[in-house]
Amino acid sequence: MSSPTTLNLDAEALYASLRGGVRSLLGGSPDVALVGIWSGGAWLAARLHADLGLTGEPGVISSALHRDDFSERGMAAGGGATKLPFAIDGQRILLIDDVLYTGRTIRAAINELYDFGRPASVALAVLVDRGGRELPIEPAFAAARIALAPAQRLSLARADDGRFSFAVEEEGN
Amino acid sequence: MLSRRNPQLNRHGELIHLLSIEGLPKAVLTQILDTAGTFLSVNDRDVKKVPLLRGKSVFNLFFENSTRTRTTFEIAAKRLSADVINLDIARSSTAKGESLLDTIANLSAMHADMFVVRHSESGAPYLIAEHCAPHVHVINAGDGRHAHPTQALLDMYTIRHFKGDFTPLTVAIVGDIVHSRVARSDIHALTTLGVPEIRAVGPKTLVPGDLREMGVRVCHDMAEGIRGADVIIMLRLQNERMSGAMLPSAGEFFKHFGLTADKLALAKPDAIVMHPGPINRGVEIDSSVADGTHSVILPQVTFGIAVRMAVMSTIAGNEA
Amino acid sequence: MKLVIRGGRLIDPVSGLDRIGDLAIAGGRVVALGEVNRDFTPERTIDAAGLVVAPGLVDLAARLREPGYEHEGMLESELAAAAAGGVTSLVCLPDTDPPLDEPGLVEMLKFRARTLSRCRLFPLGALTRGLAGETLTEMAELTEAGCVGFSQADTPIVNTLTLQRALQYAATFGYAVWLRPQDAWLGGGVAASGAVATRLGLSGVPAAAETIALHTIFELVRATGARVHLCRLSSAAGVELLRRAKAEGLPVTADVSINSLHLTDLDIGFFNAAMRVTPPLRQQRDRDALRAALADGTIDALVSDHTPVSSDEKTLPFGEAAPGATGLELLLGLALAWGESLKLTLAQTLSRITSEPVRVLGPAIGSLGNSAGRLVEGGVADVCLFDPAARWAVSADALVSQGKHTPFAFEVSGFELAGRVHTTLVAGGVAFERSNG
Repeated sequence: MSSPTTLNLDAEALYASLRGGVRSLLGGSPDVALVGIWSGGAWLAARLHADLGLTGEPGVISSALHRDDFSERGMAAGGGATKLPFAIDGQRILLIDDVLYTGRTIRAAINELYDFGRPASVALAVLVDRGGRELPIEPAFAAARIALAPAQRLSLARADDGRFSFAVEEEGN
Repeated sequence: MLSRRNPQLNRHGELIHLLSIEGLPKAVLTQILDTAGTFLSVNDRDVKKVPLLRGKSVFNLFFENSTRTRTTFEIAAKRLSADVINLDIARSSTAKGESLLDTIANLSAMHADMFVVRHSESGAPYLIAEHCAPHVHVINAGDGRHAHPTQALLDMYTIRHFKGDFTPLTVAIVGDIVHSRVARSDIHALTTLGVPEIRAVGPKTLVPGDLREMGVRVCHDMAEGIRGADVIIMLRLQNERMSGAMLPSAGEFFKHFGLTADKLALAKPDAIVMHPGPINRGVEIDSSVADGTHSVILPQVTFGIAVRMAVMSTIAGNEA
Repeated sequence: MKLVIRGGRLIDPVSGLDRIGDLAIAGGRVVALGEVNRDFTPERTIDAAGLVVAPGLVDLAARLREPGYEHEGMLESELAAAAAGGVTSLVCLPDTDPPLDEPGLVEMLKFRARTLSRCRLFPLGALTRGLAGETLTEMAELTEAGCVGFSQADTPIVNTLTLQRALQYAATFGYAVWLRPQDAWLGGGVAASGAVATRLGLSGVPAAAETIALHTIFELVRATGARVHLCRLSSAAGVELLRRAKAEGLPVTADVSINSLHLTDLDIGFFNAAMRVTPPLRQQRDRDALRAALADGTIDALVSDHTPVSSDEKTLPFGEAAPGATGLELLLGLALAWGESLKLTLAQTLSRITSEPVRVLGPAIGSLGNSAGRLVEGGVADVCLFDPAARWAVSADALVSQGKHTPFAFEVSGFELAGRVHTTLVAGGVAFERSNG
């Protein structure tokens, strides 16, 4: 594995951009709920929720129970738990995630969401869209659009003081 | 002699069959308990199903009758979106000629992915696991006197839910331990999870001295056994034992080893009372205790479904 | 046929003969031992360089499964297995179907064995009719037909009055009664009582099942003077009682099976039904006591306890599987392994499977007793030639017996047996020879 590089990705700067984009998407309407996808998306949703002064709490969704690669990977430990402190029926949802790649995680998250009710609409905002989609899923807003080799893994990290940073790893094994 | 690898684990140490708690590392048990927590929340949703086992066939092979246990496995499998087929193979039909292994071979030909087996002979699930096709997973729903691992796991989940940390606990298991697969599995689980004091309580005919070899303290006096306990697990006294050579009567058993309110007062004030069910009121446990504030018998049943979902999903995801 | 065996290590456990030399056979008898006269012209010479030339083995316990249990073993295959194991004389148990309680059945069995010429057969007759433990059999008639003793196999007589009467009757004629010390009520479990049985949830057989039966048998021997041979000792406590009984001078002898001599309950592992045998495998202390007792003579003989079981009856959950294991072809190798670990001489080791079993049989085998289990000039030419260094893996293909199930299977034990039979002679005729390969 190579040492982490930043690839000119300033996570904090991109977050500022995401915040602006989400503010526009919300368009001042109070009835859109933020739901962050565990784990990176959940961090983003929590900070967005606070920064944008929204009421209530953001939801967290785990894609663990609806993943489509269960037969290959099995029951992975620590996939996070879904926590939705509001009703889903008739609710407008904005999903937040850190990296959008094949789209399979989003598909699983939407399936999970549907176990709780029928949302009025679901939109998506991400920090980084790295292309390589395998399903017809598009974000309404992405702070950055980049290209990475398939063997490279991009992940968001959060320091103790809450600052975000990106790590890129080569999949050696 | 050569020691063989535990047939429950694959090359990577992952669980592929659940046959017994013996020999399972603490990490495996803890992972199942953690996963069970996730499934507990699923059971509270409107849509109580997740697709993890969709397209898989789970065959319930009950060579020994049990509607309760079979039903909980069926519910668990269906909540994971599996197809469930129930086979009640009463002993008499196997006596009609088809051997145990022929039955397994026939079922494997029907593309079973998982067998949930209950059998009256200790060790039967091991034989089945040895002889079924490599991709088929076996879960032991109770074999003879030997093991009932899913019951032990839900018992551990219950204890963890109400007590948190295993390491300072005193647990008393009361009743017909020598014939109990639940007791054996509970003892292995408690030991593995670090419970320092486990007491086996009952008359000598039902709690013989050999049990010490399993790492428990043998008590033939109920008061001594219950005193200061954090958890009391009452076992069902089977009809066959109640009269005859092992015990003179249910009445005498209840007087000395039944759990009543005043005996319960000897345990810790926040002690919990458990029972694998079905309970014999007035034989091993008084109604006031079974229905009282210390009793967690009903939560055990709820946890049972989540734990079985956790076991099935964990196993199904690991390759032989 | 005139035969010479050249250059082998000749061992006679009784006289102490242990030298490289030649052995000449004519007319079914040993005519020269050590040096062979130059003008002896053999029709056949066997080169025995590197091999041990021992008396043919005498196995005091083997089940041939005929009549009645032919799907488990036919007389042909099991006697062939005996020959492949170097066994030239064999005592078979009466629990066939029907049991050997009629002279006609015994005669038929002996006749069939004789025509096969693989091994001398010495049947035990049933002590009670149908082995039911109620009425006595015609012991004199059965002895005339060829029985060397009387036994209940694995079904103990529950009624002590009946047992006493059976012993008294046998004592009238000086017949030996072969009894397995097993209490009927305590002996019903499937594994030995102890930590392993408790953990595995298997019904246990306590050592008391053996000691209570031994106490009963010894009391009745004192009262009746009957000669008793105790079959398949399995516990340290049992060995102790036996030691005291012999010290007292009671007319008793005993044997132990290859299974109890080498294995313990831990070998059951994950409910391996190959370990389901009777008596059940006990603990380390018991095994150590049995090994020492066989060495110091408290236990007289080592037996194969050959009990072929079909796959249908073995591939079942432990408690349902039929008890028993194949043993005729393992007797030699396992005896050698025991002797080796106790640092005994080859002669001492071999005596437990040759001359000592003959001593146990005593007057029952008549004049044959003068030379069976021994190599003596003028004696019967029952010989076992074996390679003590050759190792082999016990597997279904390697076994001649129809019983393929054994706890010593290579795939379970992971070790090979040392000691392979090269040639077996019975009355000077070749009963078995290993083809090179």
